[in-house]
Amino acid sequence: MTVTIDSPRASTTKHHKGINLEKWGWVFMRASGVLLVVLIFGHLFVNLMIGHGVKALDFAFVGGKFSDPFWQVWDMLLLWFALIHGANGMRTVINDYAHNRLVGVVLKSFILLATIVLLTLGTLVIYTFDPCPAGSPADLLPSFCAGV
Amino acid sequence: MPDKSTGSTVASPQKKYPLPKIVKPKALAGTVYRGNVGMWSWVLHRITGVAIFFFLLVHILDSTLLRVSPEAYNAVIGTYKNPIMGLGEVVLVAAIGIHALNGLRVILVDFWAWGMKHQKLLQWIGLALWIILLIGFVPRHLINVFSE
Repeated sequence: MTVTIDSPRASTTKHHKGINLEKWGWVFMRASGVLLVVLIFGHLFVNLMIGHGVKALDFAFVGGKFSDPFWQVWDMLLLWFALIHGANGMRTVINDYAHNRLVGVVLKSFILLATIVLLTLGTLVIYTFDPCPAGSPADLLPSFCAGV
Repeated sequence: MPDKSTGSTVASPQKKYPLPKIVKPKALAGTVYRGNVGMWSWVLHRITGVAIFFFLLVHILDSTLLRVSPEAYNAVIGTYKNPIMGLGEVVLVAAIGIHALNGLRVILVDFWAWGMKHQKLLQWIGLALWIILLIGFVPRHLINVFSE
């Protein structure tokens, strides 16, 4: 069987209609990647390097952080960019290795579902977080809860 | 891609245009992504990317416990402080460092001719920065994990 292919040196270029999603995905991975370098290393520095690092992490620590809108915005950007960057990366990996079409569709559906569920949950947690829940022992809460 | 990367060509029907000079590659290795250090960077980028993605899923889920109760959140974040998880965090930060630095290298190679030309130099700069990152992080983190 003979297969005819276009001349690789043809001077005409085909113009595809509509936007090229794969190209914008490629751009997004690079743009979000640069942003994530700042967001993640900032997150790691504040949570693991300053003070007693990992030993200081608890509800009161996070409550203190989230009382500042700066860290709410920081963590919100981190949540959305990291998860979408990661999910799109997983999509690329699945496209490369899942040769069975059905397996690929199922795996990518899992990734999409997990992304939607976790973006919703994470956004709700940051928006509705209460640093001083009623009825909790004061020693587990940020120190500013005592004055409330 | 430059013409010299093409291994073969077809005789041009238009004789008045001179044929481009074709240089046969000496070996398959030595293109940007294939065979050399660049290929192994690509492999590491995939492995670390997938690993970080699964950590991210768990890490968003453990943060949702902030909305359950201080006790529930502290119980789970407390597991991050035991020595085995402490070593796991070293691996995590090392993986994030590889993925971040290699991602920045890929961006430099993709967008600037200078980066393409000096991509091997960029590998070594990346490795040096990765070692500096770990020298800064690992001792401090291990002291936090193993103290008291």
